[in-house]
Amino acid sequence: MITAERKPFDEIVALVGDRKKVLVAGCDTCVAICLTGGEKEAEVLASELKIKAEMDGRDVAIEHTAAIRQCEWEYLDMIAAKVEEADVVLSMACGIGIQSMAEKFAPKVVIPAVNTNMLGMPQEHAVWLERCGACGDCVIGETAGICPVVRCSKSLMNGPCGGSHDGFCEVTTPEKENIDCAWHMIWDRLKEQGREELMIKVRPPKKWNMSNSGGPRKMVREEAKPV
Amino acid sequence: MTATEYKAGTNLEKVFSEGKFVVTGECGPPKSADCSVIEKKAKMLTGYVDAVNITDNQTAVVRISSIASGYTAQQNGVEAIMQMTCRDRNRLAMQADLLGADTLGIHNCLCLTGDHMSFGNHPEAKGVHDLDAITLIRMIRDMRDEAKFQCGEVMTITKGSEAVVSPKFFIGCAENPFGDPFEFRALRLKKKVEAGADFMQTQCIFNIPKFKLWMEEVRAMGLHQEIKILAGITPLKGVGGAKYMKNFVPGMDVPDSIIDRMSSVEKGAPAQAEGKKLAVEMIKELAEIEGVAGVHIMAVEWEEAVPEIVEMAGLLPRPTVA
Repeated sequence: MITAERKPFDEIVALVGDRKKVLVAGCDTCVAICLTGGEKEAEVLASELKIKAEMDGRDVAIEHTAAIRQCEWEYLDMIAAKVEEADVVLSMACGIGIQSMAEKFAPKVVIPAVNTNMLGMPQEHAVWLERCGACGDCVIGETAGICPVVRCSKSLMNGPCGGSHDGFCEVTTPEKENIDCAWHMIWDRLKEQGREELMIKVRPPKKWNMSNSGGPRKMVREEAKPV
Repeated sequence: MTATEYKAGTNLEKVFSEGKFVVTGECGPPKSADCSVIEKKAKMLTGYVDAVNITDNQTAVVRISSIASGYTAQQNGVEAIMQMTCRDRNRLAMQADLLGADTLGIHNCLCLTGDHMSFGNHPEAKGVHDLDAITLIRMIRDMRDEAKFQCGEVMTITKGSEAVVSPKFFIGCAENPFGDPFEFRALRLKKKVEAGADFMQTQCIFNIPKFKLWMEEVRAMGLHQEIKILAGITPLKGVGGAKYMKNFVPGMDVPDSIIDRMSSVEKGAPAQAEGKKLAVEMIKELAEIEGVAGVHIMAVEWEEAVPEIVEMAGLLPRPTVA
């Protein structure tokens, strides 16, 4: 799933500026599951903004809503009426949803209330870890099902760097303590699978042109197009 | 102007500051470890240009580095303008290379975004683009004027010492007056001026009326008084090259009148002579435009045409500055 974190409140307030009619729009798919941008969180943010406006003595109309998915055109029709009324839409969807809103309702000003941060999964309750970089050229068939592109801090392709220690990555910050060394995990699992030769062979440089380095990507499924 | 007032004290900076009409050239390093090509091109251009651009993996094709080639060019008589793109290095590598270039006596740096990897010979490469051309300009300016790295840390000789040695660069940038959206192009130059660029050179100009329109916008913002502007010239060898640029080079604007003129002459020597004549005419016309401080002649793989063009344009001898 796509995960996101809410932006700092002061940043959101600055982005909204002195606009008088604000619509906070949640998205009830990925960002709702990671407890950041669903309808409930949209309601909470709208309340915070109302309190802030009252404290500042400003008359601002603040509404909230949510789309089932902001990233698909048909779900946006359902919130169109509320969007039309607003001076500005604060979208709590991921970057995809924010952009589809901005395109669908152009030239309406749509601004993000969240920072989209990763394709990840809940490792335990309320803890999400990055799992995929959508690099377009998946290697995990040869890395024991562990992605070195995003789980290794250096996106290495041929085993751990010299900084791997006791199974941990050399990158350690207060927020990122004890990051597992992806290549240590890969090695352990490949051994368990009896496939160590996959890590011993020299892997060629990765085809980064399949990622965003090749420009924005497009996927077309001819067979699925309407006849 | 005393030496201490110069930002970098290069020949290029001095010729500009004396108000002389500047001529620069361009030279692409070879795709092998043979630097004799650079030696040859540098000797050919010495005395005909005030400085020469040394490209940095141009069109995303690996070549001898612009720093090593620039050093070789300078050893062979012509001042180098080291090009630096944002495509291949992050800010650590760029700053290290800037310090290194300074210690090798290279003090002109042209800041570029860089052509996309897909155009070159390593289309699978990861694009770095840690900085863009504008943030690169600002980084170099802060290194030069504030003796600070991009992170804000001050350059010190030894730990705890007050003394700093900052690299000195005359900072260049490029702009394409024919790119879209047209109305942003002069504003983009303004951003580069604000970031700290000292001089700029344009994409190859073939459509002079459109360039004049762009210069009007530049002058309206007063940018011509804040940055030295070099008009880009590419002499045409024949109609084939003109058509190729018109149809296949992104951001290039080649009017049909130019195509017609080049196709009216025979291939080979007559076409080359016509191409040089056209370049000279264009230089003379561009020199009349208020705010144009010189020309940048990009004779790609035709560097030998440059001395003749410069002479025919009446731009010899090149000024000598103390």
